Amino acid sequence: MFYREAGQYKTSYEADQATFPVLQDRIGMIVILAVAFVVVPLTMSSFVINSVLIPFLIFSLAAIGLNLLLGYAGQLSLGTGAFMGVGAYACYKLTTIFPDANIILLIIVSGFASAAIGTVFGLPSLRIKGFYLMVGTLAAQFFLSWCFIRIPWLYNNNVSGAIEVPTRAVFGIPVSGPNATPVTRYLIVLTIVVVMTWIASNLVRGRIGRMWMAVRDMDIAAELIGIRLPRTKLLAFAVSSFYCGVAGAMMVFLWLGAAEPDAFNINRSFLILFMIIIGGLGSLIGSFIGAAFIWGLPIMLKSVPETFGISIGSATLEHLQFMVVGALIIFFLIVEPHGLARLWQIAKQKLRVWPFPY
Amino acid sequence: MNILYRVFIDPFMQMGQAPDLLVQTLWEGLVAGVLYALIALGFVLIFKASGVFNFAQGIMVVFAALTLVGLHALLRKWGVSSGMVAAYLALAITIVVMFALAWCIERAILRPLVNQPDIILFMATFGLTYFLVGLGELVFGGEPKSMITEDLGLPRGAIEIKMLGGFVSLQKIDIAAAVIASVMVTSLALFFQKTRIGRALRAVADSHKAALSVGISLEQVWVVVWFAAGIVALTTGIMWGARSSVSFALEIVAFKALPVLVLGGLTSIPGAIVGGLIIGIGEKLGEFYWGPLLGSGIEAWFAYLIALIFLLVRPQGLFGERIIERI
Repeated sequence: MFYREAGQYKTSYEADQATFPVLQDRIGMIVILAVAFVVVPLTMSSFVINSVLIPFLIFSLAAIGLNLLLGYAGQLSLGTGAFMGVGAYACYKLTTIFPDANIILLIIVSGFASAAIGTVFGLPSLRIKGFYLMVGTLAAQFFLSWCFIRIPWLYNNNVSGAIEVPTRAVFGIPVSGPNATPVTRYLIVLTIVVVMTWIASNLVRGRIGRMWMAVRDMDIAAELIGIRLPRTKLLAFAVSSFYCGVAGAMMVFLWLGAAEPDAFNINRSFLILFMIIIGGLGSLIGSFIGAAFIWGLPIMLKSVPETFGISIGSATLEHLQFMVVGALIIFFLIVEPHGLARLWQIAKQKLRVWPFPY
Repeated sequence: MNILYRVFIDPFMQMGQAPDLLVQTLWEGLVAGVLYALIALGFVLIFKASGVFNFAQGIMVVFAALTLVGLHALLRKWGVSSGMVAAYLALAITIVVMFALAWCIERAILRPLVNQPDIILFMATFGLTYFLVGLGELVFGGEPKSMITEDLGLPRGAIEIKMLGGFVSLQKIDIAAAVIASVMVTSLALFFQKTRIGRALRAVADSHKAALSVGISLEQVWVVVWFAAGIVALTTGIMWGARSSVSFALEIVAFKALPVLVLGGLTSIPGAIVGGLIIGIGEKLGEFYWGPLLGSGIEAWFAYLIALIFLLVRPQGLFGERIIERI
């Protein structure tokens, strides 16, 4: 009744091809953005912002990065964690070399370093695919993790082997480091994520995105209709690593404040992969839903026994949490193999015909 | 020039100067290779029969070993006086547990997810991994345990052989591991080639649909093959546990098996074995002779490097089936 595009006439191609052609979607988007930009910083406690919302946004961005590669271009990669690490370490080195530069600019620039490394490790994709390619990208993961530990130059010869974020201010407001308030960091992360999501959504429905999807669906056929495979695949690796690199740099500079090499290990790659599988392959909204699910689930599970007044030891709780997460992953794969994004689509379709199903 | 000398000449000089050390390194590589090959074998069995890239093989190794050790301790507590009897009783019960696990996996995961894309099944084995990690830690606790080597009648100690102007020391448990592994591979090969159900397994590996149409029960085949992978996991767990200890750190051996898999080809049992040996030996030689050049710890990615270089030349692996694609 409320969600219906009847009567919304389009008089130009631009209007027809807009990101949100339906009026209600546009209104909904504006409401969501208004809540995210205005209501959340005013009402939420800094704990919620710092430990729930900021990581959710950062992981969403990394998930979008992997989704571009796996969901759109069809290249299975497990190097996400390492590419995030490249972004983080590149940003750290850049801010060491240029201490006066704008840190937000450096975070974006460090994405390019990650993109370069990602392109190099994408080279095997020209020869191999599927699970073989996955193992190839694991080489990137383990090699880069090893580099983060063994090359002291990367962490400025710090004895602890970790990188610590210095305080950097933009226009006199501290943005990173211990003095930055969660709200400032949240707003910067939110802005970067919104802008990059908007770019991604235009990328995937344009020429490049269609090339990627053609390669994903059948690479030989794509080659026959004139798509250059090496270029397309490497571009997918570069763009994906760029997104992951920016996410990694934000993770260290705007969320954690310090990071050890362990923060970018294989488990991080798997976590991001979970997010897009659960959320939905080849769907940007799925990346957000998946990130919310995977990041929010353990937090929610932690609070369940407390609300029922049952006291369980923290170790037992953690083990149970593992079991529940594992079981839920299997459950969702069985119920909806196309991810939670498909459920969202179905709900929208139902809403469109409601209350008269015919 | 100096770098080239250190990379291409110096390591071989070292090998020539101390042949006994080289033999020792080769032997250690071989033993590690046998264990990698065993894990890869579990992967290959399942991949061939059900097309599932089973990430949970690593945790199945841990789970099997933990069950064995845990049951042994429990039986001793309940008053089974002889350690030997308890050990073999625990072994029998563990085999039953592995069968139950295979049955549950077939029921809860494979059957509902039949005909889904590979990546979905791969993710499902991830869910399984999480579940088993949680279950294992909940039931048996997270602290490392020692394997019941003596009660199982496995030998301890080392043999020293005098050769090439030096000593080579061979751990008896390693020799036992090699022997048991070869016995198991032989019996698996016989099982595949000679028995009725083995033929059914091979038929399913060739084509699910054709096998279904001649009346082979996919469900039964899957249970059998996951059970076989469980037995392989149990053996691996005992051997690996006897070398170090039984803990969840063992889970990472799954990552060691992946390069073995791509090297040997995902669908080939001989490939898994040969690949395992190549990776094991290559890794130990690389670590010992070339490792000091780069700093330690290159074991973590050296195997992947070998596999990656190999894949660029032969994308389907050593013995894998050539992938022919049509539009």
